Amino acid sequence: MSAQTPILDIKNLSVHFRVYGGVLKVLDGIDFHVFPGEKVGLVGETGCGKTTTMKAILRVLPTPPAVIPNGEILFKGQNVLKMSERKLLDMRGQGISMIFQDPTSALNPVFTIGQQLEAVIRHASPQNHRLSRSAIEQRARLALREVALADPDRLLNSYPIQLSGGMRQRVCIGMALSTDPELLIADEPGTALDVTIQDQVLRLLQRLVDEKQKSVILITHTLGIVRQTTDRVYVMYAGNMVEVAPTKRLFAKPAHPYTQGLMAAVPRLSGGGISEGIPGRIPSYMNPPVGCRFHTRCPYAMPVCERLKPPVFTVDDEAHQVACFLYDAPDKVQAYKQEQVAV
Amino acid sequence: MSGDVVLRVENLKKHFVVGHTGVIHREPITVKAVDGVSFEIRRGETFGIVGESGSGKSTIAYITMGMYLPTSGTITYDGRDLFAEKKRPIGLKKEIQIVFQDPGSSLNPRQSIKQILELPLRIHNPHANRLEEVIRLLDLVDLPPEYMHKYPRQLSGGERQIVAIARALATNPSVVVLDEPTSALDVSVQGKVLNLLIRLQRELGLTYMFITHDLSVMRNLASRVAIMYLGRIAEVAATEQFFSNPQHPYTQMLLSSIPVISEEEEKLKPAKVVSTGEIPSPVNLPKGCSFHTRCPYVMDVCKRVDPVMVDVGQRGGHIARCHLFEQPPEVAQQAEAVAASQEGA
Repeated sequence: MSAQTPILDIKNLSVHFRVYGGVLKVLDGIDFHVFPGEKVGLVGETGCGKTTTMKAILRVLPTPPAVIPNGEILFKGQNVLKMSERKLLDMRGQGISMIFQDPTSALNPVFTIGQQLEAVIRHASPQNHRLSRSAIEQRARLALREVALADPDRLLNSYPIQLSGGMRQRVCIGMALSTDPELLIADEPGTALDVTIQDQVLRLLQRLVDEKQKSVILITHTLGIVRQTTDRVYVMYAGNMVEVAPTKRLFAKPAHPYTQGLMAAVPRLSGGGISEGIPGRIPSYMNPPVGCRFHTRCPYAMPVCERLKPPVFTVDDEAHQVACFLYDAPDKVQAYKQEQVAV
Repeated sequence: MSGDVVLRVENLKKHFVVGHTGVIHREPITVKAVDGVSFEIRRGETFGIVGESGSGKSTIAYITMGMYLPTSGTITYDGRDLFAEKKRPIGLKKEIQIVFQDPGSSLNPRQSIKQILELPLRIHNPHANRLEEVIRLLDLVDLPPEYMHKYPRQLSGGERQIVAIARALATNPSVVVLDEPTSALDVSVQGKVLNLLIRLQRELGLTYMFITHDLSVMRNLASRVAIMYLGRIAEVAATEQFFSNPQHPYTQMLLSSIPVISEEEEKLKPAKVVSTGEIPSPVNLPKGCSFHTRCPYVMDVCKRVDPVMVDVGQRGGHIARCHLFEQPPEVAQQAEAVAASQEGA
């Protein structure tokens, strides 16, 4: 795995928002990477910066108010933050596609499915621009058939309101895959749907990306979905990546106190009562706590947590990393402390 | 389980008119949001109602509160018909209170917590010392008294929902309808709210009608569970029975679709009933059993005849509405006759 070069590599990325009354330090030096063909989960609660991260990757954050003081985002070796408009369009057209949480607001209600789908295919690349109308329609039909929608001809002439929620989300998936992207970002793809329909949509998504060997980033706040769909998981808390591990290992042996708290908070189908959850609340981004951003809610908080931002430590091996002083190896922390003092 | 019934819902129907057909033969087009639902809630229990969006679970809550009038059927509280009088008497209103899904929109942003909690007191308990009562209510839900001067936007989502719970308790009700009280909250705060509800129920002897789409929450909170599909109840059972031995194919599909986080839970799920098909539109319900379009065990009879409730439990009290279970012959005949007459018409 480590021999491969990642298709997406985010290094030490920070995103701040300048707003009236101060600066919101939302992302605080995150590292994140995706290998070709890998399904990566990104879990965290509301407001932890999941969507901001994805918007930064596609460079669709409104600037201002957003500012990116440091970090780089490498997509296939090229820095997205320094790309020209032309290259950005190519990347969004053919490189990365996105599926949104709510298919109802992702589709335009006044255009037919066909018009929207064909526009996506036509504008995906300069070559597609030169295709004939019938060729594009052909590809649109194929895209719908791929997501297991029967009767694509009728669908192409339907408006979004004529479809059910599950069908709309399938259309969105078909649309995202119609341009044959290398990386697919799915932002809570099932949350707006009912459980049984969500299950169908996720299974479809999984089958398609496995067949086509796409890389996927699945953003969600539901741990169960990550467990059944992904290979590797990043856990995010208040703009920090707190833990990354292969999915199986994360669920068997969560290392970071936040991950542990989150897992304990999920009500179980096996019963056993309701856990109290994690005390306190997500800190304000205007004045985030100094040191570890979780220390105000952490049951194991130590004096060092209030002073220093925890570096990344490894648990067992390189694949499982956690940003918490509990996993401190003495020699590493010494070097880190010196570095912090120097800064 | 204490035996006496607090709330009895009998053959409740609520049809909304959403439009009309034709010009000459003008007939109303209706959505059958709730279509013949019966159940009873016993004193001190938590009766769970689960269902997907559009299954009619919130409509039942709103009818119970008197926000809608039923098309037909009735609800009785302690033997008194809630809809006997045109306007519900204040003494009955006081007994049944509700907590809504989204505290962001159910609390007035321009009122302080004190003002929010005072309104029910002013109406239902005009002679009380309001300030004392507000402090007592805040104390009941473990919020410090200073909170009365705050406004909803200054509170976190979980705290807002706790204020909404305090408001529901202001009238000293015996039944509280909880309409998805935690689905707008993150998991890490959801537990606090649910535990508060459990403690309040124990201390005040409350009866809950708990509505949610989250089966894992239901497993840990409810004493009995009803599952709804397109305005009808598909299955009712005690929680243990419901999860260990689900009978209705829809329940099995739902349970096997839930994403879980441990192997232990994975084993509890019924053998995978793969979810297929779309939920039909409630305007245009399929004939016969409304689940037959998605059911893996569909038979001929399901497409023609609407099944009736059948007791499938060994010890009783486990009821499912499905043709897979042997229907009593006279009931089956009757149902066939109804179907035949409808076909003729």
